[in-house]
Amino acid sequence: MTLRKQHSARITGVADTAMGELPGSTAMGLHAEAANAALTDAGLKASDIDGVLCGYSMTVPHLMLSSVFCEYYGISPTFNTAIQAGGATACIMLANAVALVESGACRHVLCVTGDNRLTGMSRDGAVAALATVGHPEFEQPYGMSVPASYALVAQAYLHRYGISRDELSAISVAARAHAALHPKATKRDPLTLEEVSDSRVIASPLRLLDCCLISDGGAAVIVSAADAARDTRKPVRVLGSGQGHTHEHIMAAPSLTEFGCKTSSTMAFAQAGVTAADIDVAEIYDSFTITLLVELESIGFFNKGEAGKAALAGDLSLGGRLPTNTHGGLMSYGHSGAAGGAFHIVEAAHQLRGEADARQVDGAELAFVHGDGGILSAHCSLVLGQE
Amino acid sequence: MDLPIPTPNADSRPYWDAAQQGRLVLQHCTACGAAQAVPRSWCGKCQSPDLVWLDSGRRGTVASFSIVHRGPTKAFRDHLPYVLALVDVTEGVRLMLNVIGDDRLETRIGDKVEIVFEPRGADAFKMPQAQRNDA
Repeated sequence: MTLRKQHSARITGVADTAMGELPGSTAMGLHAEAANAALTDAGLKASDIDGVLCGYSMTVPHLMLSSVFCEYYGISPTFNTAIQAGGATACIMLANAVALVESGACRHVLCVTGDNRLTGMSRDGAVAALATVGHPEFEQPYGMSVPASYALVAQAYLHRYGISRDELSAISVAARAHAALHPKATKRDPLTLEEVSDSRVIASPLRLLDCCLISDGGAAVIVSAADAARDTRKPVRVLGSGQGHTHEHIMAAPSLTEFGCKTSSTMAFAQAGVTAADIDVAEIYDSFTITLLVELESIGFFNKGEAGKAALAGDLSLGGRLPTNTHGGLMSYGHSGAAGGAFHIVEAAHQLRGEADARQVDGAELAFVHGDGGILSAHCSLVLGQE
Repeated sequence: MDLPIPTPNADSRPYWDAAQQGRLVLQHCTACGAAQAVPRSWCGKCQSPDLVWLDSGRRGTVASFSIVHRGPTKAFRDHLPYVLALVDVTEGVRLMLNVIGDDRLETRIGDKVEIVFEPRGADAFKMPQAQRNDA
């Protein structure tokens, strides 16, 4: 692998909106709310932003979402575009923003996401819309859905590694315990292994509590050039980034147990000059229990077949070997599409700044963030560090 | 409610036309020899345009499966539970199919299957599907 120059960009502002069921919210309103809050967080004003990256919204499907946002919000950036990579969108937006500020094209790039997919459309409507990541001729006519596709990965994983139901359930339970410490998390009630294991089957072997939430919510991240970051409140360093893309449709995945997160994380670690063992806190895309399990192992945090045992032993919890998804993740904090992946970035920044309150990981200096789009199709990894 | 039928395009029409005649055909690249599942104008391994359609022996193995209890649309919710599977066809491609037949809920990874054709809708559009071998 070619050694890439170290990044110099900084994350200078992060924010997310309220989470969950937000009647009266709109996709653009959530974008604007998140943008305002991220600017306040950074100590910047809207006129400082010269680059804007938007993601996508299911309630506002649009060819030019970024133009729609800038008009709504009232800014005229000199770089403006939308990025669509499913759950990897937020991390890929951030990687693009880093390239923009490091090339000199922009000083401050606003990456902004939001969707009111819970109250703005029915839950059935959201499930149907998400299933369109399936191939229109060769997957969708067979009743493919996103949970059923991840279930195919889960079944192959269980067949190969023979892990127990509790090992899978432990992923949900660990996330819920973190969510209980976050005042904005959607699901904060205590959760037991039995409740996960006894929840109704969605697509075997995945059950309801193996699955992420569908939420209204928004999030924004501001990325600034190194010199432009000097007068912001509390910047965080971007140390490494990487992507891996092996397929879109699960039927075309080269493997059911090894995914592009291996390539993306290897690139990000190499650029940052660190290894998985150096990471203090991980915020990793967790659309389903199986998603986090295969990513943790593919990335190299745990040996194959071992991440579930680790979760059961408390390794992913606060005080454990690798506190993971300290905000509660997509299963307990919330999932609003492109914003879902951005919540992981927001939490990583809070951890590195020591602003994570009751869920603060002691001495968190290095964070790993990962986004996964489609059915483990598009991957983007980030290594972030304290200033 | 009827299950959906695919809308063929210029790349895929030979696949679906053959299915209507009870044949499973797959694209093979004459340049590199690779077979591919989703039909294309180009080989997905070597980007050659030299592709031929060959009849498949319609045999395969279940690479993975899920028994689905929550369908993505109304039509599929009328047919729960159904079995979604990835089937490795002998010629070297992986298809997504439903395992059908009375014993479908017994499906296991590694099961040998035959590709059969299931009629759908008023015009009995034939969909390739998988059926577990008795033997």
